[in-house]
Amino acid sequence: MKLQDDVVTLAHGAGGKASRALVEQVFLPELDNPLLAPLADAALLDVKGTRLAFTTDSFVVRPLFFPGGDIGSLAVNGTVNDLAVSGARPLALSAGLVIEEGFPVADLRRIAASLARAAATAGVAVAAGDTKVVERGSADGVFVNTSGVGVVAPRVQLGPERVQPGDRVLVSGPIGDHGIAVLAARGDLKLELDLVSDCASVLRPAQRLLALGDAVRVMRDPTRGGLATTLNELATGVSIVLDEQALPVRPAVQGACEILGLDPLYIANEGKIVAIVAPEVADAARAALGRRAVVIGEVRAHDPGLVLLDTAVGGTRVVDMLVGDPLPRIC
Amino acid sequence: MKFVDEYRDRTRVQSVQRELASLVEPGRTVRVMEVCGGHTHAIYKHGLGELVPPELDFLHGPGCPVCVIPMGRVDDAIALAHQPDVIFTTFGDMMRVPGGKRSLLDAKAAGADVRMVYSPLDALAIAREEPERHVVFFGVGFETTAPATALTLLRARTLGVPNFSVFCNHVTIEPPLRTILEAPDSQVDAFIAPGHVSTIVGTRPYEFIAGQYGKPVVVAAFEPVDILQSAAMILRQLREGRAAVENQYTRVVRRNGNPTALAALAATMELRDTFEWRGLGWIERSGLKLRSAFAEWDAEERFTLPGRRIADPKACSCGKVLVGAAKPWECKVFGTACTPERPLGTCMVSSEGACAAYYAYGRRS
Repeated sequence: MKLQDDVVTLAHGAGGKASRALVEQVFLPELDNPLLAPLADAALLDVKGTRLAFTTDSFVVRPLFFPGGDIGSLAVNGTVNDLAVSGARPLALSAGLVIEEGFPVADLRRIAASLARAAATAGVAVAAGDTKVVERGSADGVFVNTSGVGVVAPRVQLGPERVQPGDRVLVSGPIGDHGIAVLAARGDLKLELDLVSDCASVLRPAQRLLALGDAVRVMRDPTRGGLATTLNELATGVSIVLDEQALPVRPAVQGACEILGLDPLYIANEGKIVAIVAPEVADAARAALGRRAVVIGEVRAHDPGLVLLDTAVGGTRVVDMLVGDPLPRIC
Repeated sequence: MKFVDEYRDRTRVQSVQRELASLVEPGRTVRVMEVCGGHTHAIYKHGLGELVPPELDFLHGPGCPVCVIPMGRVDDAIALAHQPDVIFTTFGDMMRVPGGKRSLLDAKAAGADVRMVYSPLDALAIAREEPERHVVFFGVGFETTAPATALTLLRARTLGVPNFSVFCNHVTIEPPLRTILEAPDSQVDAFIAPGHVSTIVGTRPYEFIAGQYGKPVVVAAFEPVDILQSAAMILRQLREGRAAVENQYTRVVRRNGNPTALAALAATMELRDTFEWRGLGWIERSGLKLRSAFAEWDAEERFTLPGRRIADPKACSCGKVLVGAAKPWECKVFGTACTPERPLGTCMVSSEGACAAYYAYGRRS
């Protein structure tokens, strides 16, 4: 997709095709280097034989507090998860906060406590921090950036290039919980859902999965753009065929999507892993990813580059990357 | 989930598949136009095209309300959004639709206060919360969405909200169907009529299709079993040499529609002499405007609009796709100059447009 816009629109922030065009055509040409080029969840740095994973992420969610989490837990888990699915064990995080003039200190305390709690759960320290205050109207409450470093064990080898026809695709639990929970929390839809965000660290299941060794090809956390966008990034040189009936979706998410014309495949998750593994370890991988994990599809050699869906009624269709932005400011 | 799962049941689908196979005549193609973008979307989303016999060909009609708004009207909307102290409210799927050069999303990025709403009543609520600003609602859609606009206008009058107006682009379903039937290259043998529109207008407005043109019509719901059943009802009519309006969506649609909604529409809106449709051109008595009694809430009365007409891009074949004379992939700019990210033509602009649905769900080598 060619970037033809004169100004940035919200579509460039949605995590789909437009976001990718912005990164690839504005930043990559200027910053181009072998560490950045793969555009993976984290860059891998070699320091005297030790591989360090390094990542950063900014969080602008609205509302700041939502069922199942808040911007503090989201900022820690988002960065921990980027490290975890890169095969790393997190060493330390940084947190930078941009705070709008007039923001209640009590809310800031809640966010700080939440940052600390999420970091403790993931077993990682927030080792560096920064605060900036901007004039009222120059930010929406609080924006948080977190960066993280982690160590990748020597035996770990992950990457989309390792995916082979016949491999199985798994997801660690129901999809779309975060995006729909935040949408409902905004209140403008007057949706009352029995649903909380899945915002959580995926470090433990990721580490259990890594214990299966070489048979684990690649892991991702399907955040902005949802499962569909993540899988499209992994389907290079192969196709991924999903089984619609196997996709785990909670009734509250399915119901909200039916009403609003959304597709759970494009809704953000903040505590899920999508993994591609060799067929012989599919059962073990399912056990490693937790009791809600399921095999949702298979890697095939035909139609390279496409993600396809075998529909519940027996048809087949293409699952494209996210194009527009159904839900702004969810992370 | 009730009202969904039973209509996506594979066993029921397979049973209708067998029925369809028994109803087609080998070698004789039947072209069925699903008028509504919701049906087009469902056909692609569930992969129904490959579940029907090869003799049954779905043609995608003009019933995507977002797709048929002409570019000049989008530019008018953008001009309204840029007026000082205006909050411009719209359904989300109009945000990305390009006008002559820009979309409402671009206008928002350039500083206009454009807000997405799920109902015109939400727009009216914003007007009451922000009395010092003027809230314009972008009214688009067929009789499905028009009654909500009508009820909002009635409420605005009851509550006496002075800082609210509607930019009315509502259209009616019958005139474009007539245009398609009269098109010289039209190949439609029968229609799957829109389910949601019919909950409002009933089934009577389609009776001329069966009566005057001798073509079967079946009003259908939107789930896989519904669409396939409707196709079977059409094939049965053709086999029996009949042409009638039948109702598959009996769980919601009545012959006389929804009298309350129709009364609200009649109280607030009237037909324009003519209205331009993207891809189809000017169609007489096809668009709705506010009645003069509601001039106070009519954005076209309250503001001066550029009102420039912009011709459809020459390269695209939308006009042919909309009357069923061409398939999306037969257009020479499909997927190259015209994509969902950068749509050129009407059928690519909304996910319910035939080209966008095919691009998103159908594309394979």
